[in-house]
Parts: sequence; C-alpha cells; structure tokens
Amino acid sequence: MNFDFSDDQKFLKSEVRKFLEANAPTRRVRQVLDDKARLFDQPLWRAVAEQGWLGAAIPEQFGGLGLGHLELCVMAEEIGRAVAPIPFASTVYFLAEAIQLAGDDRQKAEILPKIAAGEVIGAVATSEGPGVLTPVSVQTSVTGGKLTGVKIPVTDGDIADLCLVLAKENGQPGLFLVDLNGEGVTREAVTTLDPTRDAAKLTFEGASAQRLGAAGEGFVLIEQVFDRAAVLLAFEQCGGADKCLEMAKAYALERYAFGRIIASYQAIKHKLADMYIKNELARSNAYYGAWALNTNAPEMPVAASAARIAASEAFWFASKENIQTHGGIGFTWEMDCHLYYRRSRQLSLVAGAPRVWKERLVSHLERRNAA
Amino acid sequence: MDFNDTPEEAAYRGQVRAWLEVNAPKRAVGDDLERGGDSMPPSKAWQAKKAAAGYAQITWPKEWGGQGGNPIQQVIFNQEEAKHPIPPNPFQISLGICVPTVATFADDATKARFVGPALRGEEIWCQLFSEPSGGSDLAAARTKAVPAPDGSGDWLISGQKVWTTGAHFSDFGIVVCRTNPGAPKHKGLTMFWVDMHDPGIEVKPIHQMSGGPGFNEVFFTDVRVKDSQRLGAVDDGWKVSLVTLMNERLAVGGASGAGWREFIEAARTVPGLDGGPALKDQALREKLADWYVHAEGLKHTRNRTMTALSRGQTPGPESSIGKIVSALQMQDLGNTAIEMLDQYGIINDPELAPLHAAFHTSLMFAPGMRIAGGTDEILKNIIAERVLGLPGDIRVDKDVPFKDMPTGR
Repeated sequence: MNFDFSDDQKFLKSEVRKFLEANAPTRRVRQVLDDKARLFDQPLWRAVAEQGWLGAAIPEQFGGLGLGHLELCVMAEEIGRAVAPIPFASTVYFLAEAIQLAGDDRQKAEILPKIAAGEVIGAVATSEGPGVLTPVSVQTSVTGGKLTGVKIPVTDGDIADLCLVLAKENGQPGLFLVDLNGEGVTREAVTTLDPTRDAAKLTFEGASAQRLGAAGEGFVLIEQVFDRAAVLLAFEQCGGADKCLEMAKAYALERYAFGRIIASYQAIKHKLADMYIKNELARSNAYYGAWALNTNAPEMPVAASAARIAASEAFWFASKENIQTHGGIGFTWEMDCHLYYRRSRQLSLVAGAPRVWKERLVSHLERRNAA
Repeated sequence: MDFNDTPEEAAYRGQVRAWLEVNAPKRAVGDDLERGGDSMPPSKAWQAKKAAAGYAQITWPKEWGGQGGNPIQQVIFNQEEAKHPIPPNPFQISLGICVPTVATFADDATKARFVGPALRGEEIWCQLFSEPSGGSDLAAARTKAVPAPDGSGDWLISGQKVWTTGAHFSDFGIVVCRTNPGAPKHKGLTMFWVDMHDPGIEVKPIHQMSGGPGFNEVFFTDVRVKDSQRLGAVDDGWKVSLVTLMNERLAVGGASGAGWREFIEAARTVPGLDGGPALKDQALREKLADWYVHAEGLKHTRNRTMTALSRGQTPGPESSIGKIVSALQMQDLGNTAIEMLDQYGIINDPELAPLHAAFHTSLMFAPGMRIAGGTDEILKNIIAERVLGLPGDIRVDKDVPFKDMPTGR
C-alpha cells in the first residue's frame, strides 16, 4: 500500500509553502481585495511562472517541467492555503488540462509552451446566467468559425488571453478556443463574492473561435476537463480548510472569556474536532482523486465528484466556523477570516455547485451498481 | 501513489493465501447457528489452527507464539482471512487488550501460564472496566478491593461492572478496583486479574434496546484474589488501564450494517414522491452522495493509515475519525431508508421489510455504536485534545478524595 505522496512530493510541497509565505502573505492578497483596479497579483504571477509551476504537469517537449499531476496537487494545496490572488486554476487546471486532453498536435505545440512560460493566461467560459448549465441550455453559438453570445461569470475573464468556451455549432455542443485580445470580444468586470479573484462578463460578436476536440463532443469534453480540475480544486479547498482550522485553533488558544481560554470549552473543542473530521474526509477523498487523475483511471468521474463534494463541504464548514470561533473580530474586514469564507464560495461554484456534482456522482453510482 | 503491495508485502500475502487455501474453513457456521448451534467450537478450532501456524497474533514476539511480524502483515492476514467463511472471532479482547496487559505487568510464571492458552483460544478473557457509575469517566470506578481481614495478604473484591463484552463465555478477566477511597479518583485504583468461574462472580446478560445480547452486568461479592493476581502497584491501576487502552488503538472499530449500496438497491424498487422509483427523489440522491463520500473518505483514510504502517511509520491521528463518522452515518442512513418506505417503514418484520429489515437493524443498533468504545462526545474531546492540542477539560474532581466526590444517579 502506497497511498500517500512521496518524500520528493512532500519536499516540493514544503518548498512551495515557503515560497508562498514569503511572496504571497495575506497583506499581498489584500492589495487585490482592496484595490478595484488591481485584478490579480501580477508580480506573484510572474514569480510563479519563473518557478516553473505553470508547466509543472506539462510535458518537457512542450516546455513544461514534465512532472506528474501529483506534483500539481501538492502545489494546489498550498495555493489554496495562501488564498493566492492569481489565475492559476483558470490557466493550469482548466486551459492547460483541456489542451492536453483534447488538443491536436498543433494546438499543443502552439499553446502549451506559452502557458508554461507564463505568456498566456487562461479562462474557461461555460455559464451564461443563473442556474445549472445543461447541453440544451447553451445559447452561445459558433457559425463559420465565428462565436456569438454572452458568458457570465468568467473567472479571470478580464485578464485572460485565451479562453475555453462551451458553445453550440450546428446545434451540437462543442469546445472552442477564443483569443480574448482579438476582434469581437467585449469584457466587462463583474463584482463577485471573492474580489481576490477576477471575474468578467464576456460578450462575443463574431469572435474567431477554433474548435478543441471533436465536433459535438463539447459537453463530454468539458465534463472531463471539469473532472480533472475538480481534483486540483479539491486540493486548494483542502489547503484552505486546513488553514481555517489552524486559524481557529490559534485564536481559541489565546482568547479569554469567562476567565478561561475559549479553547477549553467543549463547544469550541467539538466544533474544531468537527472541522478536523471533515478536513480528513476531504483529504482522503482528494488523495483518491489525485490517484485517479495521475493514472487516468476509469474511476475518474466518481473519484473527482467525491473529491469535489467532500472538499467543498470541508472548506465551507471550516471557513464559516472559523469566523464563528473568532466571534465579533472575525466579522471585521481587517481579519483574514473572510478571505477564506469568500474563497470557499469561489472554489465551490467555479466548476459547478456541489449539488450538481452530487447528482453526477449518484448517476454514476446508479449505473455502476445496476443489477 | 498506488494501492500495490511492496515486494515483501506481496510475498507475505502469497504465503498467507497459500496457507489459508489449505487450512481455512470451507463452510460458514451461519446455517448451524440458525438451527441453534454454537459458534464457539468452530471459533476455537480455527483459533488453535492459526496459533499453531503462528498466525494468531502475527505482531507478537516469537516466544509468545507470534511471528515478530509488523502491523501491515497482520492487516494483510486479516484481509485475506476475511475472504474465507471463517467463524466469529471472540478472542479480540483477550488478545488485543487483556493478555498484553497481563504480559506487561505480571511475573514470568503468570505470563507463561496464560499467554499460550489465550493465544490458542482455549481460554478467553474479558475486560471489566465500565461501571454503572462510570462509563466515559472510567476512573470513577467504585468496585472495591479490600485486604482480607485474615491477614493473608489476599484481597476481597465487591461491586458491579457493566457492559462487559463476552463475560458470559470468559474464563478470566482484568478488573480495575477502588483500593483507596481517601485518595483522588485516579490515585486510588488497582488492577487485578480474576477467575471468572469464581462462585462470587455472577454474570447477567444485558437486554439491549436492539434486542440482542452480547454485553453483561458482572456482580462481585467478596471475590477472594491472591496478591499475586495484582497487575502493577497498589493504587497504580490507572496507569495500568492506560496501557490497556493503548492496546485498543489498532482495534479500528467502525460501524458496518446496511450502507449506500444497499440503499440504492432498495431505492430502485420503492415508489418515490412522483410514483417513480424513490431513487429518483432528489433529496435522497443528495444524501446518497454524502454517504458515499463519507464511506469513501473512511476507506481511503484507512488506506493512508496502512500506507504509514507499510512505510514503517507511526500512523497519523486521522484514523481517530472512523467510528464517529461511521456510527452517525449508520443511524442517518438507516433512518432515511425507513422514512423512504413511508408508513410501511414502521414494519421491521424481516419477512416484510426490505433487505430483511437491515435498515431497521441499523437504526436500532446505531445508538449503541455511538456510545460503545468512546461516545461521540468523548471521541471529539480526544480529537480536540490529542490531535489538535487543545487543553483538557477542567477537572473539578481532580484533587478531591474519591469518597468526598459528589454522586448523582
């Protein structure tokens, strides 16, 4: 049994943590939070690119480090822990993964090296309005290589160069790559619960679109991309959830009420124990997702769903109960608690809400366990 | 990251498989039991066979009849053994908890007398700790041991223990007694081993709310024990019981019973809100997803623990979440399945209820699971204190002589 990360991967994780503690403390995150004009932490993004993280899981022939997805998982956990204000997920988990999954040789050779070098920021555009996206509800369409329609919200839509867009072509869903710096693209900022991550409304009026993967396969492909991203997002969520538990514990050990530190009250002890339980369940599910991702296992849809559901629940619970443990001070802008509360919402919604994943999971189980 | 054995583990698994193939029972004892048979003879026969081959307690040293093996080898044996129709194992408390305590604190002659018969399943031990006045608060034990008035140095034990698993078929037991009521509760306890066949010991089965037996009340009336039956120093029994409880740590308990697979099976055929299968009801589907995720979380947490063992490391504290999650889930899943049946759900006749009333059995057994081996609340305290490093509860009784402690029900 070897169901854990290797010593090398753990060493990488500690190096990533050290780097982010030095380069992305929460006062840096707050510069993005407090300044509407600052859409992400550009110096941090450049530094991350110089470290080679953007190409960690990209093969060396395409300019990456050629490490595996397990290495990407440990990085993701640290990025989540740091609530880093950079378009890492959009670029690496969604765009790079989609191109590796469905891109042809030309697309891989053209785009992957630019991602690895930090020259291209990615985004993924599926949502068009309130409610669950289905193959039927997609309105955006491509005719003769030109894209028309509206996508909202698109995480990192203001800063991305290349966007993965789900749209219909000849009535069938397809995945398309759109240069957001080209003609026919209008970007408008939208405010979200998590201002440390950028989001936009994208309006396409005849923007050039090249198809990624086979015609009519868009929905299948985007589900595969989301599965892969879900595992990596789950590690970000685990990192955030563990940080919340640490914050709550540290505060409970120094805050006095009624003549005792509040960590000595069972109401607080049991709350923190509940956080620990959820965090460990999330971690174990995320590990299984990591294994499935790294080995391209057929269990991937189920493993990814379980990882996402458990991690969404853990981060949500830890982020809200961390505020509760802090009491009034936790409700202030100056305390970092809300950064995690906000990020927990961003991460739970960005690739579809937990209830959508629960439905996917049960559909798979239903079929798998059919008599 | 993978789920494969190391070459050494694979070799050991091969050896175990080959041995089991030849030696394991070929037929389950279940049918005999339903006809009123006794599972003890086949259990003891299987235990003796394992002991003779060194598989009864793989991690025990060779001089005790073990293999001097590592914990992962025991896990591998358990996995492979479970693939055969083996009889129930009534020896876990003997070998996992009681005998290691005796072996740690008794003299060589006592050790030599007891280890072999227990290993071979010829003699069974029980653990006499819980009392009516102290479940979670083990150190509140009131069963007293007083020096015999004849000056022989013997002790006389009187009092009552409760929730003693297997007392009705046990030959010996370890019992924690109050020897100094004038000292604070942790400082006045002493541990002894006793012969359960002593005429001063009366064992009465507890009628559980779930209907089943298995636990007992044990009454002690002037049970005379030699001072040589004392384990550890006089008034030092708390320290001895901590060693005992530490031996429980690898007994990774978890509730089982009907799970998400059984729920899916039942929900396929039970009519739901719109007349279609209940499996299409969205509220049930969301719960199903949660149960699956929890069950998988526990499964892979066990895999993480095994990995640590496999790498020769001490497992992390994550294994402490097992029982608390599984017992709560057993209750929730059982109840949700029953509510799914609507008015019909009240029927627990195995002939009428789905899956032979497996969900009803879970529902009625789950309250016990949430209490046994550490209540949900005690386990959360343990996680908070030992895993997270939060302070212990304020002990108002810490320095109070035991005899002056307030008592309620």
